Amino acid sequence: MRETKYWTWHMTAGVVILFLLGLHMLIMHVGGITHLFAPHGGEAISKENSLFRDGKLFFTVTYILLLGVALYHGLYGLRTILFELTLKPAVEKAISLILLIVGLGLFGLGTWAAIAVHAIATAGGRG
Amino acid sequence: MPENNKTARQISFHVTRYNPESDRAPYVKTYKIPVREGMTVLDGLHYIKDNMDPTLAWRYSCRMGVCGSCGMLLNGRPTLACNTQILHIAQTDLTVGPLPNFEIIRDLVPDLLTMFEKHRSIKPFIVRADEAEVNDPQGEFYQSPEDLEAYLQFAYCIKCGCCMAACPTLATDARYLGPMPLAAAQRYSVDTRDDGRRGRNQSTGEAHGAFRCHYAGECSRACPKGVDPAKAIQHLKRQLVLDYLHLARRKKPCKKLHGPGQGKPLPNIPAAPAKTV
Repeated sequence: MRETKYWTWHMTAGVVILFLLGLHMLIMHVGGITHLFAPHGGEAISKENSLFRDGKLFFTVTYILLLGVALYHGLYGLRTILFELTLKPAVEKAISLILLIVGLGLFGLGTWAAIAVHAIATAGGRG
Repeated sequence: MPENNKTARQISFHVTRYNPESDRAPYVKTYKIPVREGMTVLDGLHYIKDNMDPTLAWRYSCRMGVCGSCGMLLNGRPTLACNTQILHIAQTDLTVGPLPNFEIIRDLVPDLLTMFEKHRSIKPFIVRADEAEVNDPQGEFYQSPEDLEAYLQFAYCIKCGCCMAACPTLATDARYLGPMPLAAAQRYSVDTRDDGRRGRNQSTGEAHGAFRCHYAGECSRACPKGVDPAKAIQHLKRQLVLDYLHLARRKKPCKKLHGPGQGKPLPNIPAAPAKTV
């Protein structure tokens, strides 16, 4: 049943990704809404507009959430593809362990980056 | 009947031959045989064995699509040799090979042992807590027509292996349970007399179980009995997830009704005629 657990969360992560990517497309690309999250004008991805969004806790949380679900969904998918190559059980275990370490490492790095840039943006806003 | 239906047509059978004791790899040998309308591929193979090459080996038994012994790859499609008329699938050439995704024992004889080991692992039988009743039945278990409908089509499986041969996942992942055992798991798990679903989940929900199915649907296309294993696997996935999330309805297996002859007959049903033997 362990695989059932992994697969259920893989599907759930897919749905969460759909929702968060939909939100991203709305914020970054839908003309009527873009100016709400890019108050400094110009491109939505300009430094000023990015710092404006990075300073909001909502965006920091969604960045971390998207990172987590995307990493889980992607790495589980990769694991599935690799498992279909009729590997030895020991190799399968090693792959699972490596992917877990890689996933946790990338998640830690990304979370640190999101929190750090949130702190910078917040400090910049105050200063 | 038109004249051309009566006359024999020459069809080239390109048959895969392989004897693991003498051949390094399978090879194709061609036999040209006269084919009349109505002749099955199995008839063609018999003609070759009787008249041209007595060393050709294949497996068959019932000759009427019931036993599932003569599954083979005909013009690239896994199906039963006894159930397929030559002129329905070939005009001049017909390729005949063993079922893929299995080891070859000899010529057209696949080694189905791996399939039956996987089949055994999902406990393909009614599992109940009251084992004494299962082993020595003292009555009948109630099952409505709707209950029967839930699993009936999956019970038509004859274990020929055509779905396993058609499965693209099994082609790369030899440890994948495959459509036949998974459909059998679904067949027994939805049977209202059964109480073994959660036990079967241990096999069907593991790394090479139901979740490896990509829903290519080739198993259902290949099945010569019209069973839909792809559908069974999707139902199985849903049930596994519901069981994991504790959202599945808890149902006890149906109870025993009464012993033979002890039931109360419905009104207006005439009595059975007296026994003559």
